[in-house]
Amino acid sequence: MTPQSSFMVLATLPRSRVTPMRELLATMNLAPGVVNPDNSLVPFRKLENLHFARFVVLDDQTTGDIEALYGIARPAPPVYLAFLGDFDGSYDAFLPVLLKHASPGLRQIFSLCDGFAPDADLHAWIVSHEQGPAAYYCNWVGRTVEQTRQEECLRLALRGYLSVTPGLADRSPGEIHRALRAFVEKETSAGRLKLTSPAPTPLGWALRHALDWVALTLLIVLGVLTLPVTIAPLLLAAWKLRSLENTDPEFSPRPDPQWAVNLATLEDHDVTNQFSAMGTLKPGWFRSAIVSAVLYIIDLAARTIYTKGLLARVHTIHFARWVYLDNRQRMYFASNYDGSLEAYMDDFINKVGFGLNVVFSNGVGYPRTEWLLLKGSKNEQKFKYHLRRHQLPTEVWYDAHAGLTAFDLHRNSRIRAGVEKSGLSEPQCREWVALL
Amino acid sequence: MTPFDYSDVQGLAAYGYAKLVEARFCLLRIRDAAAARAWIASAPVSTAERRQPPPETALHIAFTAQGLRAMGVAESTIAGFSDEFLQGVAGPASRSRRLGDTGASDPARWLWGGPGQPPDLVVMLYAKAKLEAWTQVVQSGPWSDAFDVLTTLETSDMGGHEPFGFADGISQPAFDWERQRPVPGTTTAYDNRGALGELLLGYPNEYNKYTDRPLLEPAADPAGDLLPADDDPARKDFGRNGTYLVLRQLEQDVRGFWQYLDQAAEGNARQRYRLGAAMVGRTVDGDPLIPPSGPAIAGVTDKPGQPSNAFTYDQDPQGVQCPFGAHIRRANPRNADLFGHPGGVIAGLASRLGIPRPRLHDDLMASTRFHRVLRRGREYGVSITPEEALKPGPPGAAPRGLHFACLCANILRQFEFVQNAWLMSTKFDGLTDESDPLLGNRAPVGDCPVTGYFSIPREGKLPRRLSSVPQFITVRGGAYFFMPSLRALRYMARGGRSSSAQ
Repeated sequence: MTPQSSFMVLATLPRSRVTPMRELLATMNLAPGVVNPDNSLVPFRKLENLHFARFVVLDDQTTGDIEALYGIARPAPPVYLAFLGDFDGSYDAFLPVLLKHASPGLRQIFSLCDGFAPDADLHAWIVSHEQGPAAYYCNWVGRTVEQTRQEECLRLALRGYLSVTPGLADRSPGEIHRALRAFVEKETSAGRLKLTSPAPTPLGWALRHALDWVALTLLIVLGVLTLPVTIAPLLLAAWKLRSLENTDPEFSPRPDPQWAVNLATLEDHDVTNQFSAMGTLKPGWFRSAIVSAVLYIIDLAARTIYTKGLLARVHTIHFARWVYLDNRQRMYFASNYDGSLEAYMDDFINKVGFGLNVVFSNGVGYPRTEWLLLKGSKNEQKFKYHLRRHQLPTEVWYDAHAGLTAFDLHRNSRIRAGVEKSGLSEPQCREWVALL
Repeated sequence: MTPFDYSDVQGLAAYGYAKLVEARFCLLRIRDAAAARAWIASAPVSTAERRQPPPETALHIAFTAQGLRAMGVAESTIAGFSDEFLQGVAGPASRSRRLGDTGASDPARWLWGGPGQPPDLVVMLYAKAKLEAWTQVVQSGPWSDAFDVLTTLETSDMGGHEPFGFADGISQPAFDWERQRPVPGTTTAYDNRGALGELLLGYPNEYNKYTDRPLLEPAADPAGDLLPADDDPARKDFGRNGTYLVLRQLEQDVRGFWQYLDQAAEGNARQRYRLGAAMVGRTVDGDPLIPPSGPAIAGVTDKPGQPSNAFTYDQDPQGVQCPFGAHIRRANPRNADLFGHPGGVIAGLASRLGIPRPRLHDDLMASTRFHRVLRRGREYGVSITPEEALKPGPPGAAPRGLHFACLCANILRQFEFVQNAWLMSTKFDGLTDESDPLLGNRAPVGDCPVTGYFSIPREGKLPRRLSSVPQFITVRGGAYFFMPSLRALRYMARGGRSSSAQ
């Protein structure tokens, strides 16, 4: 099994170069919101292990909120260029492949950023500008790009075979299963279909994964066992939280309509969409501590419980990450999700409202929450305004599985699993043919 | 709480006027705002009050954003409406993409309401008989000075069936006009009732919040025409008791529909009807493919002899009774907030956390109650029977279809969501390569070039897949309107206070 990893190059971008940067990045697109996967700067298609990638200019229109709402004057934070992606295998293995195909283009892009000399060692520069996520979610740990391609080919081949083989469709599920297995065997041995076996799981990852489970178990067990001692401080913290929740100002004005239209221009060109947003964290050590604890737990849960297609009740998120910026004063959130933004926000409100609240209520201006989990996003209109206003245009966005939702990828994997198993029981065969 | 004032609401929000079988919708441009105001001041607009005997005519008026502007409503007031209303249905290309208005349905090809050409208002006329006479009555006085008629959408009575031949308009949400039902926090069972704020502006919606709408400083309403805002009594509510009206002209290729089905059924009439029913989710007579079952559904009362609504899809998790992609299953999945009806706190908590893991096909949809609309469409053209539809059409035959109309308080969350996430989506409920069998535009999506399938799951068998399903419905026009309250109409007739509500 090949685990997934992420990268994020974060570089300061002088304000004077924001427009030239956006113009340069736009050359990678066929149209706004539609990437050319074979563009000359970063030919994404050649990066065979890459699931998703994006370039975003991190220029937050809401940075003034903290001064307006809390009277905290801070120097204007820098604008950044972020280049981030999700891929199969290790960072150390991916980076040379990226450099092999995209060095000149990346040099051209990064030369607009601060501190990039024309003769810089690109590899070293990228490594030194890596900004790891505070929490990271991958829809299906171990599902590689190669696998998603092969399994979609398999599905199409099976459907094709069924449509040209008269009578087969009406036979019993067991007979269909046997016939399709024979077909796949023939096709694979003729080299027309390929179903590569998973690579061995890297030992280091397996060890860390086991430790994650230990950590999660310890967290729960110790949490319960130490309750008699921690109950008093926890109650104190709850009191502190409630008083903050009652006094933290809400600020979710309706975003400028043109801003919303510009963002929508980049959306719904495919069944999957990108989302980028950023904001400033509420001031004070207490909020800071909450965010750290919550992101630790989300990250741990995403590495243990939620590794197979679901983040709580949500099926539609492929990859997501939360990233600290500027000494944990600000936060960037990026995700790749299926459906329209309205549907995504609907899930945020009605399916995982608590999950959104627990993190984003620590951001300045978020709709008022109760007990960290309740209300907040349920204030539908304000919440939607809040997200749109904090959203950033993703200048370039690449999806290796365009046209396929996370659900499609999951179903395809089940189809493949069924093909590779002989002697399925009759109920199993019935369940399997219903997938086709 | 004071009793609800039905006399302030345009009656279309309460009645579909099934007995007023004649109707026409006049799409107008305002030529003279003063004359338009004078006409509106005396227009006999129908209200939601219950009358005995029921009136034999009805009149309704609704404005686009451009129309409000032409009437002299202050910009600051108009700006209080939602983005989608302000931009219009043929607004940014991203909206057309989401709604599936591409290719043959592209707004640039529309007969009316295309980019930059929304009508100012629609005047909707209904009559039990003698629509002409009613039209004469309505279009009198200052009418001819006030308006240019852009298009008149004529309708025809197809006896409660839409042009393909299926009984239509059977399922409607039941809105809580008297606000007797507390808005639920979380539901574990399908509920056909909806908060009044899902239909009318100015009331709590299904989130128990007030949808944004124009609120004015009292100074902007010196005559006191408008009601105060329920949630902000210091301000006047221009939206209160008003609703948004979505109007779209959907041309239906009835011959194409039945001829395709006939071919798929290899000429077998019974099979043809069965396939048609599978696409719709009901038989031509309107009977659902899922028999009435399970516990009573709040807000559903079946009338004897009428097609039933007393069903959900809970008993059909495999889609073998009613295909997942059937039109009525897409348009209203009849689910609750939490999947699987978890009883008790612990089960509810576990369900929220996705533990235990639902089965592959479970919990893929949004909760229905936030995405309901009240349908008020009317058919147009000459109806033909499915048998007649099998014959080739005479050359140059007049088109037929539906003037789709619906009312809601949040166009984006209600109409557009249903259209985008459920009807046009090629990924609805775990399906792939297919959109709504009736409404789908069969356009390629992303790297997925073919979307013209329709799959029919079969018990213990491979699903049957119809392929190369043609496009049966083409959008020919459309606009987003605001249907004001009677008070707001009076306010507009007085001049809309262009001096405004800064």
